[in-house]
Amino acid sequence: MNQHTSNQQATPDERARALHKVLLDKKLIPDGYIESFTKLMEHDWDPSNGARVVARAWVDPAYRKLLLEDGTAACAQFGYTGPQGEYIVALENTPTLQNVIVCSLCSCTNWPVLGLPPEWYKSFEYRARLVREGRTVLRELGEDLPDDVIVQVWDTTAETRYLVLPVRPEGTGHMSEEELAGLVTKDVLIGVARPVAPRA
Amino acid sequence: MDGIHDLGGMQGFGRVAHTNNSLSYKPVFHEDWEHLAYSLLFLAADGMKVFSVDELRHAIERMNARHYFGSPYYDRIVIGTATLLVEYGVITQKELDEMLGTRFELARPYFSQGRQTRAGRQPFEVGDTVRVRDEFVPGHIRMPGYVRGRHGVVLHRTKEKWPFPDSIGHGKEALHEPTYHVRFNARELWGEAADDGFVVVDLFEGYLDKVELPAARKDAAGLAQRENAHV
Repeated sequence: MNQHTSNQQATPDERARALHKVLLDKKLIPDGYIESFTKLMEHDWDPSNGARVVARAWVDPAYRKLLLEDGTAACAQFGYTGPQGEYIVALENTPTLQNVIVCSLCSCTNWPVLGLPPEWYKSFEYRARLVREGRTVLRELGEDLPDDVIVQVWDTTAETRYLVLPVRPEGTGHMSEEELAGLVTKDVLIGVARPVAPRA
Repeated sequence: MDGIHDLGGMQGFGRVAHTNNSLSYKPVFHEDWEHLAYSLLFLAADGMKVFSVDELRHAIERMNARHYFGSPYYDRIVIGTATLLVEYGVITQKELDEMLGTRFELARPYFSQGRQTRAGRQPFEVGDTVRVRDEFVPGHIRMPGYVRGRHGVVLHRTKEKWPFPDSIGHGKEALHEPTYHVRFNARELWGEAADDGFVVVDLFEGYLDKVELPAARKDAAGLAQRENAHV
């Protein structure tokens, strides 16, 4: 038990551990539950999953068609399914359209495909500003889009979970599917960044 | 509810603390308690089936605004989860307080009973112009305030249906309905005090009404729709 005087503030970690301990003492936590859920979050749900999906769509037209028609089925082919990934829609960028994902109300994200949302994605700044100042926010983050590129922001306000399908960069014709996946970062999957070909 | 959580379009915020592709995102958690937030939430919501994730969102929205803004993300998940476990009688406030050694501040109690959706309506089709209901709801709702009363065009109707948030978010039986990806023009939402571009919001059917447009407006809506690659 922590020792606090009545006017002392507890810290977030103390609160989390207190709730954990209360549930443990009541024997409400099955053996291994937290460990296995933590493994999902730390290892299984990873942006490299989404990168594999994108790279496959870049090299396989039939897969690309499936991904755009039924993102859930296309991701399930790789085994990328589960909580916060039950209805997946892929957002197709074009040379003149940049899709970007946010959750203004909380922090909903496509966990199995993108991994857990990063701190900045959950920040009040990103949640407040992206829907209204998409182009400006992207520029500040490092993606200065030409004027002819339309910014289309997707606010994750219900059960659909998204991933952005970027345009395959010029000059990547020689690259293997695995090498292509290496160009697709978490920021690319969220849509704040566009992939770039490695320098020759 | 028009709570502090409904941040979309709010002004007064500075830069997002990030530079693209500067992070490896490993390790996933930065402090050794953070994994407990989602783990305990899923234990309660999925393992024990005490409450739904919609209720968790509502519980976090019920936090006092200062409390919400002063708490980091995973702390809000812990506070929301603890609030519902106390409300459902799985644990008690006293147990939490004694374990913490001080008051464990929870979210505020319910101040609305929620509501049911409007059953038996015609679904909307892709290309339809819809209007978000111009209404103020005291309880849980997943309609960001910035689209209230606004017109948009339907890009997608989901093939699946989900329980209406305004009901299930209050622990009530809920009718299931599809959601719609509705596209709005950012300049129509905020005028010139916005960047050009579009915002697509995923809205439950019950939040929407169909708009019958005169022929001229319909042409304009159709034109806007063709500019969009994802339909």
